[in-house]
Amino acid sequence: MTDPAVISALTAAYPDVVTSEFRGDVRAMVPRESLIAVMSRLRDEQGYDMLSDITCVDYLRYRDATDRFGLVYLLVNTTTAARLTVRTFVNEPDLDVPSVVPLWPGANWLEREVWDMFGIRFTDHPDLRRILLPEEFTAHPLRKDYPLQGRGERHNFPVIRRAEA
Amino acid sequence: MAIEIPENVVVSRLDALASWCRKNSLWPMPFATACCGIELMATGASRHDLARFGAEVFRFSPRQCDLMIVAGRVVMKMLPVLQRIWQQMHEPKWCISMGACASTGGVFDTYCVVQGIDRFLPVDMYVPGCPPRPEQLIQSIIDLQDIIQQRGTIRGVEFTAAARQQPKRALIELPILGDVRTPPHHNGPIPPATLASGKDRA
Repeated sequence: MTDPAVISALTAAYPDVVTSEFRGDVRAMVPRESLIAVMSRLRDEQGYDMLSDITCVDYLRYRDATDRFGLVYLLVNTTTAARLTVRTFVNEPDLDVPSVVPLWPGANWLEREVWDMFGIRFTDHPDLRRILLPEEFTAHPLRKDYPLQGRGERHNFPVIRRAEA
Repeated sequence: MAIEIPENVVVSRLDALASWCRKNSLWPMPFATACCGIELMATGASRHDLARFGAEVFRFSPRQCDLMIVAGRVVMKMLPVLQRIWQQMHEPKWCISMGACASTGGVFDTYCVVQGIDRFLPVDMYVPGCPPRPEQLIQSIIDLQDIIQQRGTIRGVEFTAAARQQPKRALIELPILGDVRTPPHHNGPIPPATLASGKDRA
C-alpha cells in the first residue's frame, strides 16, 4: 500500500501532479517537464529506490484519450514494499522525454525497449540504440498505426538456392 | 562369355553405394528455436531412439553436420544466422523444416516472423504438426533416406537440377489483413471493406 502521506506531500510540492487510486494502487500523472524532479524526490526522499519497469501505451484512436503516448514508470519502495505508478504523456511530433538512467541505472535497457517499440526519444540516455529489433529496422512496431503484418521488413533477405550454398 | 563372380560379391552402381552410405549416417544439425525443439530432443532420446536409423548424433557445429532440422519459428533477426549456418554446412546436405512455424510461419503472421524458411532456404522435407510427434519426425527422416537412396548421386547432380532452381515466394508481400483505420474500440459489425481486403490473401 502506498502511504497517503507520501502522495499528499508530493501533490503539495508539485501542484500539477494529478493522482488517482484504484484498489489501493496509486497513480501519479506527472507533466513531462517536472518528471525528473518528481522522480528524484520519490527516490531520494520517499524511498522508492527501485524502478521495476518502464513501458508505454499508444492511445491512438482510444476512447476519450487526449494524448498519444502514455509512459508508465513502476516504482517500488523495497523497504516498505510500497508501489507507485508514475505516468507522463507525450504527443507527436515532440517525443522527447528526459531519461531516468541517472536515477536508476536499470532504466537503460527499459528505455531502449520503449525507444525500439514506440520511438520515444529519451534525452540524455547514454546509449539509445535498438535493443530487440535489428539495426536496419526503421519503424516502431508497437505503435497502433503500424500494421500487424509489417511493412515488408521480413521479406528483404537474400534467397539461398542449392547451387549457391 | 560370362564372367564368374563369387557369391559374396555384389555388383551395384557407385551412386547407389554412395547414397547408401550417406543415408545411413545422417548427422543432424538441431536448429531448435521453439517447442518443436523439445520434440526434436525427445526424438533423439532413448524412448524414440533416432539411433535406430543412423541419425542420432546431433552436432552443434555446422561443419560436422549434413542434415539441418529447423524446429520452430524463425524471426527476421534469426534468419541471417540460419542462412549462415546453412552455408557453413558441407555438401551433400539436406534440410528438414519441422513443424508449422518453420514451414509456413504458423500462427505467427506478424511483422517479424519469417513466413516459411523455404522462401529463403532450400528445404527437402516438411513435417506438419504443431509440434509434430517424434514419430512424424522419424518418418520424415526415413522418407528423406528413401529420397537420398533413389535420387542421390556421388557428384550431387541432383542438387543442381533445374527443378530446385524455381523461384520461391520470398519477395511477395502478403496483403495487409484488416483495415488499420478501424477504431480499436469498434464493437459493431465489421465493415465490408475490412473483409474485402482479406479475401484475396495468398
